Amino acid sequence: MAKFTSYIGKRLPTDVTEKLGELREKEVNFLAKEVYESMRQNQDAADKLDRPSCQDTGVIQYFLTAGSNFPLLGELEEILLGATQGATKDGPLRHNAVETFVEKNTGTNTGSKIPWLDWEIVPGDDSVIIDVYMAGGGCTLPGAAKVLMPGQGYEGVAEFVFDVITSRGVNACPPLLVGVGVSTSAETAARLSKKAILRPVTSRHSNDNAALMEELLTDGLNELGLGPQGLTGNNSVMGVNIESSARHPSTIGVAVSTGCWAHRRGKIKINADMSYEIISHKGFTL
Amino acid sequence: MKKILTTPIKDEDLESLNIGDVVYLTGTLVTCRDVAHRRLIELGRELPVNLEGGAIFHAGPIVRQKENGEYEMVSIGPTTSMRMEKFEKEFIKRTGVKLIVGKGGMGPETQEGCVENKAVHAIFPGGCAVLAATQVEKIEAAEWTDLGMPETLWVNRVKEFGPLIISIDTKGKNLIEENKAVFNEKKKPILERINQQIRFIK
Repeated sequence: MAKFTSYIGKRLPTDVTEKLGELREKEVNFLAKEVYESMRQNQDAADKLDRPSCQDTGVIQYFLTAGSNFPLLGELEEILLGATQGATKDGPLRHNAVETFVEKNTGTNTGSKIPWLDWEIVPGDDSVIIDVYMAGGGCTLPGAAKVLMPGQGYEGVAEFVFDVITSRGVNACPPLLVGVGVSTSAETAARLSKKAILRPVTSRHSNDNAALMEELLTDGLNELGLGPQGLTGNNSVMGVNIESSARHPSTIGVAVSTGCWAHRRGKIKINADMSYEIISHKGFTL
Repeated sequence: MKKILTTPIKDEDLESLNIGDVVYLTGTLVTCRDVAHRRLIELGRELPVNLEGGAIFHAGPIVRQKENGEYEMVSIGPTTSMRMEKFEKEFIKRTGVKLIVGKGGMGPETQEGCVENKAVHAIFPGGCAVLAATQVEKIEAAEWTDLGMPETLWVNRVKEFGPLIISIDTKGKNLIEENKAVFNEKKKPILERINQQIRFIK
């Protein structure tokens, strides 16, 4: 897991690389093309020199979908703490854990509740799927949640998404992957919005209305033409993914999380016999 | 042909530059971000580096210390410049810095500072941190290392560092603010159209 954590800071997942290639092809603006060219050179250099492609390697987060019968269920927390420490040395990763209130950088990327773990338990299953996520401060800053009144409807949700992206998304290294959570309260929507950007760039919500809204928001944000780095261009986003839950009839909780163009996440499945499959990066083995 | 700025930068080097121009930097580039700005402006501490005619980089790099004690630049991309907006006008005035490199736009205070003291803000493409590291020839010094790796003032010797896209020029024009105004103008009709199609509550 240390090796995998370190690896995802150096090479983008297959779906993101493909989408960026597609957007680069479509671009016609001078400054935007200049920036796409720098991005391409950067990923080549990171690959060749085996270095983190962006200096901000984030506060490490692990999203676990764990079978209740996975043999190392009880050890996972300690394993992932060790993985973070190992990746910090081997990557190397930037030291990004500042102990709150003490206001000291721990120098290890570990600290109170860090690495951050998010758990979902699958009854009876004996494998674990781990999403590793590494986001810089830049694309974390636009994060926002709000609880709307039902009268504001899904129209209020769309307005909230547009407001966040036009005011703060510009500085978050577009083209962005936009995650939207629609739920009851601030924190449930916020968690879902983060889960949304762990989904593949081109994936669609299983509900037809939600999938329609994903497409409308994607096309609408692209029409704004933020371009790479907000310098204007033919597109703004890699996509918009919505995750939702049933909600209280009196509220619509909405939240937005953004992933920058260097959207560094990795998905690995580990089976009970410790064999593994890397889902996010085609052709990579540990 | 590449337009190259060299430190120490003079007023006349900057006067002809306009927003949207692409330049490169050769000379000294010092990383300087949140806490360093706060220490100078709010806490009144003197910066340990002379920035007269100099260039700063809003960045917190990954640096590796080699066995002989020298530092190696591994990965250094720009961080969000807007976080320094609160301090930058005063920072420009106090230090005499001429070129501020970062990511995204900055606000009206920095614009004023750029006009009054003949300075510019430029954008290095965000996330392109290895590309930037390959343009750092040497880390010449490290100051305020007590702040930890991201916040230390790393004094870099750079060669043709860029592309740097001028986002605030000495006339006070602001590229990202102008772009934002366009985005906001476009927003309303797009939303009206989308909102027709998502009235799911019936």
